[in-house]
Amino acid sequence: MPPSAPHTAPTPVAAAPSGVVSAPPRIVADGAGAVVAQGLWTVLAFSSRNDWNALAQGLRELPQKTELAWDLRPIEQLDHIGAQLLWNHWGGAWPQRLELDPSHKAVLEHVAKFTCRPPVEPRPTLADRFRSFAHNGPRGLAVARDFLQMIGQLVLDIGTLVRAPHRGPWRDLSGQLYQFGTTALPITALVGLLIGVVLAYLTSNQLRNYGAETFMVNILGLSLIRELGPVLAAVLVAGRSGSAITAQIGVMRVTEELDAMRVMGIPPGFRLVMPRVLALAVAMPLISMWTSMAALFGGMIAADLALDLSPAYFLQALPRAVPLSNLWLALGKSAVFGILIALVACYFGMKVKPNTESLGRGTTSSVVTSITVVILVDALFAVLFKGVGFR
Amino acid sequence: MIDAPAADAPAVVEIRRLWTAFPSSNGGGEQVVHRDLDLTIRRGEVLSLVGGSGTGKTVLLRQILGLEHPTRGEVTVLGQRPGQLGARDAAKVGMLFQHGALFSAFSVLENIALPLRELKLLPDALIRDAALVKLQLVGLDPAQAHKSPSALSGGMIKRVALARALIMDPPLLLLDEPTAGLDPESADGFCDLLRSLHRELGLTVVMVTHDLDTLFDLSTRIAVLADQHVIVSGLPREVIACEHPFIREYFLGGRGLRAMEALHDAPAPAAAAASER
Repeated sequence: MPPSAPHTAPTPVAAAPSGVVSAPPRIVADGAGAVVAQGLWTVLAFSSRNDWNALAQGLRELPQKTELAWDLRPIEQLDHIGAQLLWNHWGGAWPQRLELDPSHKAVLEHVAKFTCRPPVEPRPTLADRFRSFAHNGPRGLAVARDFLQMIGQLVLDIGTLVRAPHRGPWRDLSGQLYQFGTTALPITALVGLLIGVVLAYLTSNQLRNYGAETFMVNILGLSLIRELGPVLAAVLVAGRSGSAITAQIGVMRVTEELDAMRVMGIPPGFRLVMPRVLALAVAMPLISMWTSMAALFGGMIAADLALDLSPAYFLQALPRAVPLSNLWLALGKSAVFGILIALVACYFGMKVKPNTESLGRGTTSSVVTSITVVILVDALFAVLFKGVGFR
Repeated sequence: MIDAPAADAPAVVEIRRLWTAFPSSNGGGEQVVHRDLDLTIRRGEVLSLVGGSGTGKTVLLRQILGLEHPTRGEVTVLGQRPGQLGARDAAKVGMLFQHGALFSAFSVLENIALPLRELKLLPDALIRDAALVKLQLVGLDPAQAHKSPSALSGGMIKRVALARALIMDPPLLLLDEPTAGLDPESADGFCDLLRSLHRELGLTVVMVTHDLDTLFDLSTRIAVLADQHVIVSGLPREVIACEHPFIREYFLGGRGLRAMEALHDAPAPAAAAASER
């Protein structure tokens, strides 16, 4: 049947050349008690606010009588939205007296046939709530189990690597090292430098009050090398590389790349998790030392400007104020931070479900969790090594 | 098969002297995809774009939608240049993306209703009812309305995406591989659905497909893209008669011959669509 057949095909809405102004949709009550609808009853016409408001007003003002006679013949075009509007106004039943164009009838019949009560959105019942509550407890355990499983897999993979180093993913490793380490240098240097300057200025005021300016070196050296450098670097790397790892692995999961790897016999733990963990374990101490250096440099400049402590004195006093064991402690805990960030990020990446919402949520959780874990572990280190590195 | 519309039906899409070039992937230079491509799509047609991989069929669809811009030449859709798409323009062109492109954060019903909601004008009840009507028009049960797209099968995703494309009753519908990835039964069902919608809603359909059954089942006209332009466009039987090596390979290979058996019992078309070249 040709599409131009009059009794089935409503003429397409916008096929009329643009520029031709057609009549807006209107409701007119004629004297004899009949309601006349005219103009374009299409969603494109409704999308003009004035026309829509006028039409809605016209419909509201109609008398609430069921025996109104309707004349739809002057309607130029009627689409499904226009028909739906009429049908809903009629309360889901044909009016007793209705005159309309045959081409509009098909559209109205569609609407009449398919309009139905909206299906009830399933609401969680009390039993559902209880079940999900009961499910949540074990879920915490499941997370712990999966995480433990991941660590175990990592240990096994490292064992494999040690037994057969020539089969290791070295190219992946060097790529990750560059991506997580080298490209992080500018931002960590900038942040470290500024923190060093701010810290030096703030403490200089207090120290001047007590005439204890020379202790500036002790305060800056100890706090930056032992605490702030590693934690600052870890927080930056968690935000920068942790989110990247989660998104990478998450997208690989969404696009079934992980399954493809498994099918080819490439274990994802060995090729994806281990290189990232090793790369961050190596890169993190280096970045942390780099951040501490930048912060100390900033502090040194600020101390020179604010307290007239010359850089030469600063560098000379630093080794005396900060025992070497602090540096080893900082490096060691940075390596642990790196491993934890990579593991948390990989874990959340592997848990992404194939939809966009889950990917976003996974990335957020990954960053928040890894920063929290870093700070918790830092506190643990502070307690465990409270007797180390002080003079 | 659907009968072709009259040859003098108004043009819905006009493509004039279109050039598309992409920067070449192996360093300098550029790769020309379309060279002086002309194509007119008239109201009521079901036009299938056919061509080998990389001949720029999907690019052409995206240019009609205004998602990409031609390097040179002109694309006119319903008398306007595409490209300044606003919420109201969803009423002019509907697009069914190859993988559905449903918003995974929304339920089925919310996906279908989204273009209407974006007008921020119509009452919620009207929008919901209209979305439910479209949901059933594409052959889905209202009980599916609150499912999330990830819980749907491939065929259902295509149907929901079609309902979303049709929610504003656009006169022009673009389909990118509508039956790819569907089992034969679903693909047949989808073709039947498209045919009845085309008849009832007076749609103009532009379709990219590699599925020869769909191609012969639905098209009123086939346009073959090769050598960077439309080498032939016309009724399926006219296209097959063309001597171009690509066409011989594409339609007269084993799969083509099998699919074309469907043509033999088709009635002769009433009016011949004008050939482009």
